[in-house]
Amino acid sequence: MSTSTQPSTPVGKTARWVDDRYTTSNALRRNLGKVFPDHWSFMLGEVALYSFVILLLSGTYLTLFFKPSMVDVIYNGTYVPLKGVKMTEAYASSLDISFDVRGGLLMRQIHHWAALFFVGAMTIHMFRVFFTGAFRKPREVNWVIGTVLVLLGIVEGFAGYSLPDDLLSGTGLRITQGIASAIPIVGTYVSFGLFGGEFPGTDFLPRLYAIHILLIPGIILALVTAHLLMVWYQKHTQWPGPGRTENNVVGYRFFPVYMAKAGGFFFIVFGVTTLISAFVTINPVWMFGPYTPDQVSAGSQPDWYMGFLDGAVRVMPNLELVFWHHTLSLNLIVPAVVLPGIMTLLLGAYPWIEQFVTGDKREHHLLDRPRNTPTRTALGVTAITFYLMLWVSGANDIIATTFESSINAITISLRILLFVVPPIAFTITKRICLSLQRRDNDKLLHGHETGRLLRLPHGEFVEIHAPLTQKEQAEILGKVDMPVLALETVDANGVAAPWALVNNLRNRLSSWFYAINVAKPSPAELEAAAGHFSHVSAVELEATHRHREFEALGGVLHQPSEDESVNH
Amino acid sequence: MKGKPAVNVSSSKRRRPMAAGVLLLLALVSTGAAYAVTTSALSAKSSSAANADNARQGKLLFTEGCSSCHGLAAQGGSNGPSLVGVGAAAVDFQVGTGRMPMAAAGVQARRKPPVYTQAEIDKLAAYVASLGPGPSVPKASQYDFSDANVAAGGEIYRLNCSQCHNYAGKGGALSDGKVAPQLMDASPKQIYEAMITGPQSMPVFSDRQIPAKNKQEIIAYINYLQSAPDPGGSALGRLGPVTETVFLFTVAIGALVAFAIWIGSKAR
Ligand code: HEC
Ligand code: HEC
Ligand code: HEM
Repeated sequence: MSTSTQPSTPVGKTARWVDDRYTTSNALRRNLGKVFPDHWSFMLGEVALYSFVILLLSGTYLTLFFKPSMVDVIYNGTYVPLKGVKMTEAYASSLDISFDVRGGLLMRQIHHWAALFFVGAMTIHMFRVFFTGAFRKPREVNWVIGTVLVLLGIVEGFAGYSLPDDLLSGTGLRITQGIASAIPIVGTYVSFGLFGGEFPGTDFLPRLYAIHILLIPGIILALVTAHLLMVWYQKHTQWPGPGRTENNVVGYRFFPVYMAKAGGFFFIVFGVTTLISAFVTINPVWMFGPYTPDQVSAGSQPDWYMGFLDGAVRVMPNLELVFWHHTLSLNLIVPAVVLPGIMTLLLGAYPWIEQFVTGDKREHHLLDRPRNTPTRTALGVTAITFYLMLWVSGANDIIATTFESSINAITISLRILLFVVPPIAFTITKRICLSLQRRDNDKLLHGHETGRLLRLPHGEFVEIHAPLTQKEQAEILGKVDMPVLALETVDANGVAAPWALVNNLRNRLSSWFYAINVAKPSPAELEAAAGHFSHVSAVELEATHRHREFEALGGVLHQPSEDESVNH
Repeated sequence: MKGKPAVNVSSSKRRRPMAAGVLLLLALVSTGAAYAVTTSALSAKSSSAANADNARQGKLLFTEGCSSCHGLAAQGGSNGPSLVGVGAAAVDFQVGTGRMPMAAAGVQARRKPPVYTQAEIDKLAAYVASLGPGPSVPKASQYDFSDANVAAGGEIYRLNCSQCHNYAGKGGALSDGKVAPQLMDASPKQIYEAMITGPQSMPVFSDRQIPAKNKQEIIAYINYLQSAPDPGGSALGRLGPVTETVFLFTVAIGALVAFAIWIGSKAR
C-alpha cells in the first residue's frame, strides 16, 4: 500500500479511506508479515480451532429445528419403528431432524463428529505441547487456558449429547445425577437444584440447552481468542535447527504463505469431517429409543471423552461407609469427584510443578525434543497410559462380549493393571529416550552408517560413515544439558538452612529428573570427530547451499527488529 | 439423507364387517365339530400312537447323544440338569440353535450350527415332553408377526430385553463369563421359544407377563433390528461409542494428521 501516490483502484481507495481514519496499514503490515515456524505437529491446535468453527455452524443449523422441551408428545413422524410411542419433544425433534429435515441427519452427524474431533484434537495438541516443553516460561498461563478449554470441551460435549433425551444419554444423565447426589452434605441439594426437583423432572433439558448453546460456547470463544492472542504476542515456539535461536523465529510470513496453508487446512478439516459424517453413523438416537428412568440397555457407553470417568466408576470397588444413617458413597465420590479433581489439578499445575523440580526459571522459545527430557516424556506417557486404562475399563462389557471372556475377571485384572502398567510404561519410555540420546551422540561423532563397506589394502573391512547434514546436526546440538539443582541445605556455619527440607527435596527431585541424561559431546570431541571426515568442507558447502535454497523458496530468516522484538 | 425404514407394518387394524366374521366363525366351528365327532376316535388313536412312536425313537436318540450329561432317564446328572418338565419347546430351542448337545463343559452352551435334523429334534422333543408337562413347541400362527406393531414391540423390547441383549440386539455381558447373546441369527420361532422357556440365565416370560400378541410385537421388532438399514451410513457394528472412538483415533484423526504432515512437508 503506497502512501505517497493517490490510489486509483476502488480497492486502493477503500484501503486509503480506512487507513486515513484508523492508520491500520502499519499494524497490518506488521501482523501480516509476522513469521510463523512450521511443523506438522503445530497444526493439531488448528484442527481443534476449525472443528470449533464447524461446531458453531452446524450447531446453529440444529437450533433451527431442535426443541429443548421435556413435554411428552406422541411421535408421528416418518420413522415407523417409533410411531405412536410416547416421548419428550426434545427426542421427537431429534428424530425429526434425523428423518424429516432436509440435510438434518448429515448436519447432526457433522455436529457430533466435529465434537469428537474438537476434544480429540485439543487433547492431542495438548500432548504435543507437553512433550515438547512448549508450556515452559513464558507460556504457563496459556497452558492453563488450554487445560480449561479441554475441560469445557468435555462438559460441552456431554451437555450436547444429553440434549436429544434418548435412552443412552438419559442413562448418562442418571449416573451424573447419582454422582451429584453422592457429594457429601450438599449432594441432594446439588441434584435437586440441577434438575429442579426429582430426577428427571421437566426443567433440566431447557437449562442444559442454554448452557450448551450459549454459556459454554461463549466462554470457549473468549478463551480461544485469548489463547490465540497470546500465541501471537508471545510468538510461536520452534524446533531447534540451523539459524534458530531463543531470540528469533525462522519460518514463513503469516501473509501469504501461512494464511494460504491455514485456509487450505480449514477446508481439509471441514471436508474430512463432512465425508466421515456422510458415510459413518454416529449416535443413532433412533436406535436407542426415548429415555425413561425404568429402562437401561446393555452396552451403554458415553462419548469417548467421558469414557475415562465411566471406566473409573466401573473399576472402583464397591465401598460405602455409613455413619448415623448417612451413607458416604466412596464408590462414586472417589472415581467421579476426587480422581478427576486431582487429574485436573496436576494437569493445570504441571508447568509450576516442573519448575519446582528443575529450578528452571529461564524463558524458552526453542522446543525440547521429547527424547532429550526423558523424565518428562516418561511422566507424560505414564499419565496417558493411566488414562487409557481407565477408558478401557469403561468398555469392560464390550470387551467381555467381543472376546467371550468373564466381565468379572476383566474388571479384577483392570484394577491391577491400572496400577501396574503405568509404571512399566514409565520405565520403558525413559529407557527408549536415553538410548535415542546415545544414538544421537553417536551420529554426531561418527556420522550416518551408510551400509557401504570398504576393504582396506591389508584386508580389513570398514564401513563408510557419511557426515550429518547441517540441519540434523543443529537439531541434535539444540539439546540443552541442564545441571542438577544443588540448593543449600546447610549455611556457612554448618547449620541447617531455613528451607533445608524443601531444598533437599528439590535437589533430589532434580537429580531424578536430570541426572540420568546422556551429556552432549563436548566441543573438543566434536572437533576431533569432524577431523574424521575428509569432506568437512563439503558439509559447509552443502549448508550454505541449503540456506540459499531456503531463501529462494521465500523463507525468511527472521531477526527481531525494533517494532517486533521477541519479548525478552 | 433420509432414512427409509425397511419395515412398513401398518399399526391400524383392519376392520372387517362384524357379521361376516361371526358367520365365518360359526361355519368353522360347526364343520370343525362335525369333523371332530366323526374322526376323533380314529385320530386320537393314531396321533397318540405317532407320538409314542416318536418318543420311543427320541429316547434312542437321547440315550445316544444326551444321556451322558442328562442321565439315562433325563433325570439330570453331574454334567447336566434334569429335563423332566422342561417341555418340547426347550428341546426344540436348545437343539435347534445348536446349543445341545453341548460340545464341552463351559459356563454356557453357545449357539452353533445344529447337529440334528428337524425330524430328529421333533423326536427328541416328543421324548422329553413325554416325561412331564411343559411348554410345547409353538405353532407357526403363534410367532407369525406380519400384523404386529413394530413400535409397540420396540417399547416392550427396551423394557424387558435390552438390559441384557442391548438396544440393538447386539448382546451384553452377564456375570462370570456368561453372556446374553446377540439376537441377529435367531428365527421368530426361536425367539418365541426363548421367551417361553427362559434358557439358562434368561427369565421365563409367561403369557401373563407378556401376552402372546406382545410377544409377536417383540419378534417384529427383533426382525426389524435384524434387517434394518443404517440411514446414517456404516454403523460400525452398532456397538455405540466404543467403536466410534476407535474409528475416531485411527481412521479419522489419522487422516487429518496425514494431511497435516503432507502440508508440513510442502513447507520445506
Ligand atoms: C456335555 C454335556 C451335555 C450334553 C451332551 C447335552 N447337554 Fe443338554 N445341557 C447341558 C448343560 C450343562 C445344560 C445347562 C446349561 C446351559 O443351558 O447352558 C443343559 C441344558 C439343556 C436343556 C435346557 C434345560 C432347561 O432347563 O431349559 C435342554 C432342553 C437340553 N440340555 C437338552 C439336551 C439334549 C436334547 C441333548 C442331546 C441332543 C443334550 N442336552 C446334550 C449339558 C449337556
Ligand atoms: C437377564 C437377562 C436376559 C433378559 C432380560 C432376556 N434374555 Fe434372552 N437370553 C439371555 C441369555 C443368558 C441367553 C442365552 C441362553 C443360553 O445360552 O442358554 C438368552 C438367549 C436368548 C435368545 C436366543 C438367541 C440365539 O441366537 O440363540 C433369544 C432369541 C432371546 N434370548 C430373546 C429374548 C427376548 C425377546 C427377551 C425379552 C422379552 C429376552 N431375551 C430377555 C438373557 C436374557
Ligand atoms: C463448543 C463446542 C460444541 C460441542 C463440543 C458440541 C457437542 C454436541 C454434541 C455431542 C451433540 C449431540 C449431537 C447428536 O448426536 O445429536 C450436540 C447437540 C446439539 N448441539 Fe452442540 N456442541 C457444541 C456447540 C454448539 C453450538 C455453538 C450450538 C448452537 C449454536 C449447538 C447446538 C446444538 C443443538 C441444537 C444440539 C441438539 C441437536 C440434536 O440432538 O438433534 N452446539 N452438541
